[in-house]
This record gives sequence, structure tokens and C-alpha cells, in this order.
Amino acid sequence: MKTAFLSFFAFLLSGAIGIASAQNAPDPNTPDGLIKMIVADVMASVKADPEIQKGNIPRVVDLVEKKIVPYTDMRRTTQLAMGRNWSKASPEQQTQLIAEFKSLLIRTYSGVLSQLRDQTVQYKPFRANPSDTDVIVRTVVIGKSDPIPLDYRLEKTNDGWKVYDVNIMGAWLIEAYRNQFTNQISQNGVDGLIKFLQERNAMLAGKK
Amino acid sequence: MILLKRLCVTFLSLCIIGCASIPAGSEPSPHDPWESFNRSVFSFNEGLDEYLLKPITKGYRFILPKPAQQGIDNFFGNYRDIYTSVNNLLQGNVSMAFSDLMRVVVNTIFGLGGFIDMATPGGLEKHKADFGQTFGVWGIPPGPYVVLPFFGPSNVRDTFGTAADLETDYLFRLLPDVALRNSLTGLRIVNARNNYYEAGDLLEGAAIDKYTFTRDAYIQRRQYQIDQAKEGKEPALPVYENP
Repeated sequence: MKTAFLSFFAFLLSGAIGIASAQNAPDPNTPDGLIKMIVADVMASVKADPEIQKGNIPRVVDLVEKKIVPYTDMRRTTQLAMGRNWSKASPEQQTQLIAEFKSLLIRTYSGVLSQLRDQTVQYKPFRANPSDTDVIVRTVVIGKSDPIPLDYRLEKTNDGWKVYDVNIMGAWLIEAYRNQFTNQISQNGVDGLIKFLQERNAMLAGKK
Repeated sequence: MILLKRLCVTFLSLCIIGCASIPAGSEPSPHDPWESFNRSVFSFNEGLDEYLLKPITKGYRFILPKPAQQGIDNFFGNYRDIYTSVNNLLQGNVSMAFSDLMRVVVNTIFGLGGFIDMATPGGLEKHKADFGQTFGVWGIPPGPYVVLPFFGPSNVRDTFGTAADLETDYLFRLLPDVALRNSLTGLRIVNARNNYYEAGDLLEGAAIDKYTFTRDAYIQRRQYQIDQAKEGKEPALPVYENP
């Protein structure tokens, strides 16, 4: 009740103009600092590039490869989405799966990035112990329509914190793919899944 | 409403005649014992969307400029906020319920009856709550996954939730002019479809099996929303078996 009152009066006082709060530069060695850095960097890049805003997909893919992929662990993502089938795949198949799954995710979600305009990202209080190695950074993307919860799950590796799962509007990516992978594999085998992903990626690449 | 009931009856009898088969080799999900039936409703909804709703929405996007679409979305969103406020109150989130009510007041008065969202830039965050969520917060389990004709993914609890949402939708129902009421309902449906126009295309590209993807995302999303609504509870994390 109090917060609602306060925010409403703050709104009246500020005259609907956002008050720029003096923020310290985020520390990329902490999970929340890393996410803040990536998000700020990506949003600034999208807003500064009219080609991306027009929907130039190769440009978006390039941006994702440079500014997002280095902070992710696609091997772990793919491995967890595969579940018990992971050990059934040969090392070559595993490499192919990682590459194709990564490509599928980049192609499908890059369209969303090109639509970033005046959205803002709100960070929820970060709760973790300094000794934790598996943490969640919770955010909400505020745009013109309903707010979109967007959470990142990170693990500590020797190479710093890496994102390996994201939650979009309440659904974790890995969880949403697990059954689909299992079904595809029990129907057509690991090679069937690889073939499916290759064909889908080729189709998506041909579209634009 | 009567028309809807008649449609449902026709539809259900059609379904019983031809239940879609589950693709061979699919692992049964413990959340989805009625998968065969659900898949047939799912393909009915897909057909309805492909041949009717999506083309209409496409035309709507073509004819109407973006700001007009936004205004219409804001208008229905403002109306929905009343119900979000009621549900937040029923869920025990008094401060959220108050903030939602404040949103309605601000947007109705200063936002030209809801067409402009003044509350969000003013710091009153938009929420979304419905009866299915409220029942979940009260501790009612979701029950098996159900795909409803026209309404899409649901479960037993949320089916009752949707019924309660429709039943309490008084303001529109009380409109005396039938033609106006029907046009508004039509516009509301097209607006709702328009809101996930791009997301729908994205899903089309991202899904290996759209039925399974939609189901698994829906089950997670509802639980997440309910966990979030329970004050102070962090949404549960999936535990992945390490291969």
C-alpha cells in the first residue's frame, strides 16, 4: 500500500520524467553485474544501429555472436536439454548438436532483439551467497505491452560466470526443450534430431 | 454465450469422432494423461488460427497504424487491470491490488479512458492476474493439462479459472447495444491475437514439436506466476538430472 502511494506521488512530483539515478558501473565479475553489463551493451548497440532496427538479421546474428555468445555455455545448455540421451551421442554428434541448437536459438530469438526500442530492464534484488556457483539473476523487461519476466541462470566456471539457461515469461528454455528432444530422439534417434535441427536452420536461414 | 456453448458442443462431438493420435515414440508426460484428446483440440485451434484468426489479425495490422493498435491494447488492458486488481486482492496482495486500482484510476482519468497508459511511465507497474492464478495461490492443484477449444492451453484448475473470468466479465456483458458489444468482443479477440503475433511466428520457428513446446512452457509459466504471486516466495528452479 505504502509503496503504491509513494510511487504514485513520486510520479506526480517527477512529472512523468524518469529520474536518472546515479548508478555505479556494474562489476562483470559478479553474476548480476555481468548481466547488467551485457544488457546495457546489447541495448545500446541495437539502438545505435538503424540496420538492426530495420530487421537486418545477419547484423543481429553478428551482434549476438560478439556480445552474448561469449558469456554463455551452450555445451551445458545442450547437455541438460538432452538429459540422459546426452551420453548416447558420440562426441561428434554432441559437437553437431551444440552447434545446431545454438544456431536455432540465435535465429529464432534474434528477431526479438531487432524490435528493441524504448524498453527498459528492471533488476529484481539479487539474492545469492558469495559461495554460490549456480545463481539466478531476475529481471523484468518493461515495454509498451505487458511486462516480460526474463531470468538468467548462471554457473561459475573457470572462465568466469556463464549463462546456461534463460527463463522467458515463466518458462525455462532447457525445460521447454527437454521433452521435445527426448521425443525426437525416441522417434528418429540422435541423428534424426540433428537432421531435424539442420533442416529447420536451413529453412529459417532461407526465409530472410 | 449461447453461441459459444453451441460451438463447444459441436466441437466436442467432432473431437470424439476423430481423436488425433500421439506421434509414435512420444514419451507420455505425467502432466498430460489426455494427450490424444488434447492433440486433437490443439490441431482444431491451429486450423482456426491459420485460416481465420491470423488472417484477420494480419489485416488489422495492415489497416491500423501502430499507435491506434497500441491505444486499443491500452484500452482493453485498462479494463483487464480492474480484474487484475480484484484477483490480487483475493490473492492477498493488498499493495499490488491497490497499485492496480490506482492504474485504472490514473489511466481512465488522465489517459483518455484508458487509451493512453500514463501509469506505467509514472512508476505504477502493470501486473496480470486471473482467477486460475488466484485458485493456484489458494492451494488448488492444477490437475491434468487440458487444451480448450478456442481458448488454448489450460489445465483443470485454469478451466474453472477461465470460466470465472468470463462469468465476472460484467461490464462488457451489461452493454445494452448488442452490435456494439459483439464488435467490442471481436476487437478484443483480435487485439489479444495481435499481442502475440510476433511471438507466434517465433514459436513456429523455435519449436521441434509445437504441441509439446506449448504444453511444457504453459505448465511452467503458470507455476511461475503462482509462485511469484505468493508473497516472498521465489519461483522454484527446475532441477536437471546431470547426465
